[in-house]
Amino acid sequence: MRYEAPDNMKSAVTMLAKEQGAAFVLAGGTDLLVKMKAGMIEPDLVVDIKKIKGIAEIKKTATGFRIGAAVPGVALSENAALVKAWPGIVEGANLIGSKQIQGRCTMAGNLCNGSPAADGVPALIAAKAKVVVSGPKGKRTVAVEDIPVSPGRTSLKKGEIVEAILLPKRPPKSSDAYLRFIPRTEMDIAVVSAAVNLTLDAKGVVKDARVALGAVAPTIVVVPAAAHALIGSKLDAESLEKLAAACSAACHPIDDKRGTIEFRTKVAGVLARRAAEIAYRRAGGKI
Amino acid sequence: MSGVFVSTTINGDSVEFSCAADEPLLDVLRNRLGMTGSKEGCGTGDCGACSVTVNGRLVCSCLVLGAEVGGATIETIEGMADGDVLHPLQKNFISHAALQCGICTPGFLIAAKALLDKNPDPSEEEIRFGLAGNLCRCTGYDKIVRAVQATSKEMRGA
Repeated sequence: MRYEAPDNMKSAVTMLAKEQGAAFVLAGGTDLLVKMKAGMIEPDLVVDIKKIKGIAEIKKTATGFRIGAAVPGVALSENAALVKAWPGIVEGANLIGSKQIQGRCTMAGNLCNGSPAADGVPALIAAKAKVVVSGPKGKRTVAVEDIPVSPGRTSLKKGEIVEAILLPKRPPKSSDAYLRFIPRTEMDIAVVSAAVNLTLDAKGVVKDARVALGAVAPTIVVVPAAAHALIGSKLDAESLEKLAAACSAACHPIDDKRGTIEFRTKVAGVLARRAAEIAYRRAGGKI
Repeated sequence: MSGVFVSTTINGDSVEFSCAADEPLLDVLRNRLGMTGSKEGCGTGDCGACSVTVNGRLVCSCLVLGAEVGGATIETIEGMADGDVLHPLQKNFISHAALQCGICTPGFLIAAKALLDKNPDPSEEEIRFGLAGNLCRCTGYDKIVRAVQATSKEMRGA
C-alpha cells in the first residue's frame, strides 16, 4: 500500500483517478482502518485529504454553513453557531462512537460509508444539505441523499471526493432534532432513527417540514407524507398521529436480532413524533 | 511495502521514525519506539486501551496511521507523570483501586485527562459518557468513576 497526503484537491483527485488498483480516501479513518484490519479491503493507495487547505474547517457563509470533509465530529459540537442553527445535525453526528471516535470521524465519511443506519446522515437529509464533490471532470453539487445508493455503496465515480457538506441558511423559527433507538445508552448503531427539520410561522404553525428515517430501508428514507402531516399544524395530537402513521408506512426494514420488522416499523413512528416535538420546541413553538 | 519517513513530536520530544504505509500509530509506538504503555485491546477502536491525543484530540492510536502524524503533537501515557511525580489521576487510580489487570488503565487515564482538560468539573453522567469508549473487563467502572471524581475535586482545589 502507498500513502499519499497531497496539499490540494486537484492532486488528490488525480491520484485517485489514475490509480489502477484499489484506492481509498482517508479522512478520519474510523471506517477505513477497521475495514483494512478486518481484511474487507486491501488498498493499493490511500489518499489522506487532511493536508488540503480548508478541508478541516467549518465556515459560516452567506448561504449557510460549509463543513469541510475532514472536520471531526467533536469540532461540530465546539461550533456554537452551528449548534444553535442545526442542533439535530450536531446531536446526530455526536452519537457516532466514543469520544475517541469523535476525535477522528467525519460527517463526509459517515455519508460515504453508505450505511442506512448512519447517525450523522438523516438530519443532513432532513436539512436538505448538499455536498460538493470534486472529481476528474471538476466540481459538482449534489443532494446528500443522492450519495448512498445501497448499504456500503455510493454514487461517487472513480476519482471523486466529497469535499464539503453545505447546510442552507435558516429562516427564523427553524430547528431540527434527531433521535435513535439503541438497546444501550451509548456506543451502538441505530436500530431505528428519525430526523425532523421544521420551520414555523410567527404564530407557531408549521410552515415547512422535512422528515428522514434511518435503518428502516436499504438507504435513508425521506418521508414527504410525514412532512405533509405536520405542515399547517401546531403539532396537535392528530397531526402527530398522521406523522407517525406515515413514517411507519414508509419503512421496509430488515428483520434481525437487533430489531424485528414489526418493532422497527412501530418505533420509526414513535421516534419521528418525539423528534418532531423536540424540533418544534427548539424552533420556539409551544406544545 | 513502501516505507514512510515521519517526523513528529511525542510528549514534547522530537521523534523521527520510518514505518510501513499501512502501519497503525499504535504499532509504531509499541514496536518501533518502545513506548508500550499504550495497549492493544481490540485494534478496531472499540476498547480505548490505545488512547492517545493527537493535536489535542483524544483518539484511538489503532485507528490512526503512523504515516499520518507528521508534524503532529502527540501525548501518550508515558508523558503523563512528571518524572517520578505521578499525575493526580494516576495517584487517585491507585488509591481508589481503580484497576486490576491494568491493560485498560493507560487508556482510561488518557481519556480521563482529556475529559478533565475540557471539563474540569464533570457530573458523574458526563464522566461515564466521557469514558464510554474505554472498556474494562476486571473492575467494572465504579472505582474508575470515583477516582476521576476525586481527581476533579482535588485539581479544582475543592
